[in-house]
Amino acid sequence: MKLKLISGILFLLTVLIVSCQNDGQIEFYRYYSGGSAIYQARCQNCHGAKGEGLQQLIPPLTDSTYLKTNKNTLACFLKNGLKGEIRIHNKAFDGEMPADSLAPIEIAKVLTYVTNSFGNKLGTINLQQVQADLIKCR
Amino acid sequence: MRKLILGIIVLSVLNACNNKQNKLPILGNRQPVTKTVDGKTVVDTAYATIPDFKFVNQYGDTITQKNLNGKIYVADFFFTTCPSICPVMHRNMLNVYKEFKADDNFRIISHTIDPKYDTVQVLKRYADKMGLSGNSWWLLHGDKGSTYTIAKSYLQTVQEKNPAGQFIHDGFFILIDKQKRIRGTYEGTDPKEVDKLIADIKILRAEPEQALAK
Repeated sequence: MKLKLISGILFLLTVLIVSCQNDGQIEFYRYYSGGSAIYQARCQNCHGAKGEGLQQLIPPLTDSTYLKTNKNTLACFLKNGLKGEIRIHNKAFDGEMPADSLAPIEIAKVLTYVTNSFGNKLGTINLQQVQADLIKCR
Repeated sequence: MRKLILGIIVLSVLNACNNKQNKLPILGNRQPVTKTVDGKTVVDTAYATIPDFKFVNQYGDTITQKNLNGKIYVADFFFTTCPSICPVMHRNMLNVYKEFKADDNFRIISHTIDPKYDTVQVLKRYADKMGLSGNSWWLLHGDKGSTYTIAKSYLQTVQEKNPAGQFIHDGFFILIDKQKRIRGTYEGTDPKEVDKLIADIKILRAEPEQALAK
């Protein structure tokens, strides 16, 4: 009797954990695949299919450390564009990225795609995070 | 006997392939020209050629057609602030540059279609950032009229501005031989077409007519 109860509880717990994980996973894939399409349409011409950039003109998107450090300002870069020198893989880039008219949900999707492609692995950047980040844009 | 027939078949198949690869077509308008050779009247074909021009490269040097005498070259049109197809084109052109950098009888010329912003200094900065050195790849500055005129001779269309404020232009790479004739046009945004361009340049270089021309 006791054994049945315990195993029943354990079973329910496992189901709960698995389904919660799946929710997170599903959210991730939803953002990631949507982001992939946005990336191809809006970013790929300049940043390249593999996020490789172009020589010293256009920075690659492969610097995980930079992306991680600036995780909360990336949304602002997409919304307002980016000007001034940045250092990517220890090299200076001082070109200008034009602002784009992406909606916050599109920003969230494309950021999830970029920060989890090209060797990056930062997890989901969801709409709530992007909205919070956008309020703090300078 | 059977071996002989097989041999002939193999040879002719090989030959067929060779014939196909040995020569590139000559593009553009052509006109029949009647000439008198040794007292006889013969009809020859005059092919469209690129007319003379005068532009300035990223080093501030004047470049005319004389600087391209005896050289096979590839031409394209771009501008440095182009957010659409230019980065793709020049990412692909970089492969052409790397492949033929060491060949002094080969050049790449990229005409800016935005001479107002793309001054010689801006072009030099662009070249530096692209990692270009030496004279293999020239970025050419000239007034809009001359650039647009020369574009037509390369069978290209360049328009000033569309209502959205962006330039429209074809993303083609045009291959020119030592006789200034057009030998191929390639979609510069398509890596496969650019691979074909690289292969075609090698074929063109090997044509006897090209190898001898100076």
